[in-house]
Amino acid sequence: MRLRLRLRKALGLLSLLSVLITPLGAVAAADSDNTFETTLANGMRVVVREDHRAPTAVQMVWYHVGSIDERDGVTGVAHVTEHMMFKGTPSVGPGEFNRRVAAVGGRDNAFTSTDYTAYFQQVPAAQLQTVMALEADRMRHLTLNPDGYSKEIQVIMEERRMRTDDQSSARVHEAMNAVAWQAHPYRRPVIGWMSDLEQMTVADVRDWYRRWYVPNNATLVVVGDVNHQQVFTWARQTYGAIPARALPERKQYEEPVQTGQRQLEVKAPADLPLLAMGWKAPRLNDPAKDVDPYALEMLAQILDGHEAARLPTALVKEQQVAVSIDTSYDSTNRGPGMFLLQASPRPGHTVGELEQAIRAALAQVANKGVTEQELARARSQLRSSEVYKKDSVMGQAMEIGMLETLGYGWQASPLMLNKLNQVTVADVQRVAQSYFKDDQLTIARLVPQPLDDAELVARAKRAEAVQAGGRH
Amino acid sequence: MIGMNGKIGAGVMKRFLMTSAAMVAALVSAQAIAAPVQSWTTAQGTRVYFIETHALPIVDVQISFLAGSAFDPSNQVGLASMTASLLDQGAGDRNEKEVAEALADIGAQMTASAGMDSASVTLRTLSDPERRATAVGLMTDAVARPLFDGGVFKRDQARSIAALKEALTKPQVLSQRAYMAAIYPDHPYGRVVTPESVAAISRGDLEQFWRTHYSAARASIALVGDLTRAEAEALALQLTASLPMDQADVPRTLPKPAATTAKVVRVDHPASQAHLLVGMPSVARDDPEQIALQVGNYTLGGGGFVSLLTKAVREDRGYAYSVYSYFDPKLVAGPFTIGLETKRSQADDALKVVNSVLGDYLKRGPTATQLKAAQDNLAGGFALRIDSNSKLAANLGVMAFYGLPTDWLEKYPERIRALTPEAIRSAFQKHIKPEQLVTVRTAAD
Repeated sequence: MRLRLRLRKALGLLSLLSVLITPLGAVAAADSDNTFETTLANGMRVVVREDHRAPTAVQMVWYHVGSIDERDGVTGVAHVTEHMMFKGTPSVGPGEFNRRVAAVGGRDNAFTSTDYTAYFQQVPAAQLQTVMALEADRMRHLTLNPDGYSKEIQVIMEERRMRTDDQSSARVHEAMNAVAWQAHPYRRPVIGWMSDLEQMTVADVRDWYRRWYVPNNATLVVVGDVNHQQVFTWARQTYGAIPARALPERKQYEEPVQTGQRQLEVKAPADLPLLAMGWKAPRLNDPAKDVDPYALEMLAQILDGHEAARLPTALVKEQQVAVSIDTSYDSTNRGPGMFLLQASPRPGHTVGELEQAIRAALAQVANKGVTEQELARARSQLRSSEVYKKDSVMGQAMEIGMLETLGYGWQASPLMLNKLNQVTVADVQRVAQSYFKDDQLTIARLVPQPLDDAELVARAKRAEAVQAGGRH
Repeated sequence: MIGMNGKIGAGVMKRFLMTSAAMVAALVSAQAIAAPVQSWTTAQGTRVYFIETHALPIVDVQISFLAGSAFDPSNQVGLASMTASLLDQGAGDRNEKEVAEALADIGAQMTASAGMDSASVTLRTLSDPERRATAVGLMTDAVARPLFDGGVFKRDQARSIAALKEALTKPQVLSQRAYMAAIYPDHPYGRVVTPESVAAISRGDLEQFWRTHYSAARASIALVGDLTRAEAEALALQLTASLPMDQADVPRTLPKPAATTAKVVRVDHPASQAHLLVGMPSVARDDPEQIALQVGNYTLGGGGFVSLLTKAVREDRGYAYSVYSYFDPKLVAGPFTIGLETKRSQADDALKVVNSVLGDYLKRGPTATQLKAAQDNLAGGFALRIDSNSKLAANLGVMAFYGLPTDWLEKYPERIRALTPEAIRSAFQKHIKPEQLVTVRTAAD
């Protein structure tokens, strides 16, 4: 029921990797020693990692479908389907799913991104079989009743108002994606355009569910205090009973090469302007052979990976042209990537000055490169983060699910870490020279509007009236 | 907002340290959950809580002081927050850049921030002796030898004011401020930071606030991880040995909040959704009925998708994506709050539903079935609250600061199981009075 609009952005490759370096002084095992996989007869993938520190477990089911698979006119349907998955089956009534998970001491939720839709329950390990049976039931038997739908779509419109319409920075990102991507479905918001939500019907959801919610389009991930053979057995008994079905053809979208800088402005209530600069950047295609995505990941870390990294030092502390700066790049997606920098100017400085300062910082890397010390620092952070990540069973399940869903496979993890560690200062300089071209750039600016602007209030009321009139 | 420490959003790696990796093999059988809480008080009066667990080569440290925003001078609201945020921006022999680089070099993470009651510095580091020593040295410098550099102060004061002005355009921020000011009039919890109150702070004020509020006697420490008891004792002594001298005349308690009277506060805003808050000052951390309130709140609005408020407001009517209630126990009566967002024309209808659900619940309390459901989830799922070092560290930090008994975690499930519907109804009736409930309507038609 949660929407991970920016999961792609938030989860970088650096965080997706598992241990290659044995943690200092600790008795540690490679992933392969405690991670087990199988494929059910109906094609459903199963990955189990045993972690016996505490008597808890997490189950996640990842469907290989996200907003990237939607069509114009029904944007948001992947996310609406995720909400409707909690609305009951013939054997588990509306709201009953949550009640049963809660009754065994568990917590549950779900999220939708551009690339996938995932459901999870965190439970005492002894209750795993119960939630596996529940999750398998709604893979096949969702009721999708029109009454439940008519309430839930209202909830989702409130979610859109909360997450996007009333958040100035979210509106900038939504508009920016719509400009940066022209052919690729990443141009559409995961939550969907409001007018599409208004016109959607339960039939659209049913259609989506029938097409994509099949075992051969899903991966089960279990991490925790479990025995993998037992989990395999339960998986065969529950999910294994659901027949496979042919999947629809997935369209391949090729974003045309961008051949000129794009610019846009968004006006919204705010006090500080916001500047967002996004360059088209590569997706990690071949974890063994690619170099540039890894070099760009390390560059992002050198630019903004800690308080004394290049961008906060130059822009916030020394030149003091920015109040804050944020860098993101994620090479692990189903679609193309973007290297995004965003910042707010400090009062007394213009967005133009801020843009020049950012360009100068990037040009410095392109012209003079980075130091061995900066790269060593990034590797050291990478190494400790690999150890810290083992503290969370949920985090481990997230990593496995994402690597599986995005097509790399959970075993790619040590390879990716190794490749990141092999990035050289020359690699970093080369990607800084090749990817930050104006022709590949989209610039978005938030133009702050005062709160007492009567027009803004009137617009909010008008929007609501239009929505009320347009509802079916 | 104020207290913004460094960057608003850091790099990829920082954001996702909780993600995953390989697991320590079955060779290691240590169960974090089974380890008992050890505690002691240092000669200088610092309370220390410790859980020893060697399952992962990690050490988590939190030191908290009675130095939260409730201790701000009334004309310098924001002082506690700025003081905390500057602790790790230059300390001992290192300037701010050198502190950040030293942390990054060993892959350690340190944060410093102030809440309402406490100001805390947290550290996560690998446990090998070399890295741990460097990391703990950096943390010791932050609390005991902060530089409060003039240039850093001026810069962050300006950034704080800019970020605050931006925050003051957000409906959720305006709503929350109006709410706290309305339920805590004339009380430190109700003071709100303003650009003017931040501008009234000088560098010397930070140093003075640190000198008077960061003594060992005002401190508590929580330690979790790959340490022996002897190492933990030495670590606690190192952290507290060079803190400022305690000053007996600096208050360690807060005044009791006055009773509120029911009223409605309206805040204009051009948002598409109204932000609604209903509540009052309610329960202190040391109140014996706190647990009855927490368990009762699971049924009312705390239990996520299965609460009465979610059923009535979200499931039955589609009024809101998020509706919740919570108790936030503090040194003195902390707030009980119900909150939701709904399209602006629906504010009245949504408030009617909320008030009706709350009114019924206050009258009748939970049914036996509802209480059992709450107990099954909270006691049955207790392991989920303590199944990682970071969750243990967060719990231990609260326990140490408020001086909760060391068996508080261990006894939690049985105390939940011992509750009756009558005990919960009576606790609710004592701590929530309809005639004292304040309602804040922001961006509502």
